[in-house]
Amino acid sequence: MASKRRGLPEINAGSMADIAFLLLIFFLVTTTMDVDTGISRKLPPMPEEDQPEDDSQINAKNIYVVLINSNNQLLVEGELMDISQLKEGAKRFINNNGVREDLSENPEKAIISLQNDRGTAYKTYIRVQNELASAYNELRNESALEKFGERFIDLNKSQQKEIKKLFPQKISEAEPKNIGGDS
Amino acid sequence: MSKFKKNGSKGMPAISTASLPDIVFMLLFFFMVTTVMRETTLFVSVVTPKATEIKKMEKKSLVSYVYIGSPVKRMQTSYGTAARIQLNDAFAEVSEIQEFIATEREAKDEKEIPYMTTSIKADETVKMGIITDVKQELRKANALKINYSTRKGTY
Repeated sequence: MASKRRGLPEINAGSMADIAFLLLIFFLVTTTMDVDTGISRKLPPMPEEDQPEDDSQINAKNIYVVLINSNNQLLVEGELMDISQLKEGAKRFINNNGVREDLSENPEKAIISLQNDRGTAYKTYIRVQNELASAYNELRNESALEKFGERFIDLNKSQQKEIKKLFPQKISEAEPKNIGGDS
Repeated sequence: MSKFKKNGSKGMPAISTASLPDIVFMLLFFFMVTTVMRETTLFVSVVTPKATEIKKMEKKSLVSYVYIGSPVKRMQTSYGTAARIQLNDAFAEVSEIQEFIATEREAKDEKEIPYMTTSIKADETVKMGIITDVKQELRKANALKINYSTRKGTY
């Protein structure tokens, strides 16, 4: 009879705050803020006025020439190539180590020369940049697995530096030309 | 019968509202954390291209943005549809970029200048001509660290 008069006991709200904080922390951890992502590149400094051109001593076979025309077609080392094959082509070139006569002597000397037209679509340009970056990343990853048994991103700073020294990302961009027209 | 009557008249006990402030604070914090203030209103429509080999941008305070794209619908009557550059809150010409970089630098500490990055947020449909012009201007301004803003995704 006594219990009936008191009715239901009040729910203890003391732990509500804990639950609230738990939720808060959960959201704090899981929410990703709108992060900016992109492909980072470094531009070459402007050439000095009286600086003589001295790019003649680079052996032609160490340069991988990639041209993109205003119709977004690729000309790689003088041959038409589909963009999907660029990664494999670049990897073969970089990691040649003097096997083939017409490709690079070693990855450290390999330079990729990229030239685009003013009429090239930005989308294509980014895709080419992406494929080339991807080629380098894959090579670094393979080398890291071979040397340290770990993926490149899992290595520590000095190990990464070592791999980067083996596969320096040298992408050179020529002064722009206007062949196919702006439109 | 009397049993039911008694129960009905008493009703449910009031739910404690002591935790309401907690819940409100929780929501407040949540929104505080997730809200990203947009510092500029975009006059150009920008859909960045997709890429897979992307990196996160660090130190947002040191990043200056250059937007390139065709003007948004309501601006097209006065500015046309040709791709244009936007710096801060206004359309700009290519020649204004050097000035823009200079003002950005002035606002920063001298030590931080080498770490400053210029993020090129360009629409995927623009032609390379305008991008090349921007890049040349950035070279002249000696702002050599750039970042092509892209989305994550495969082709």
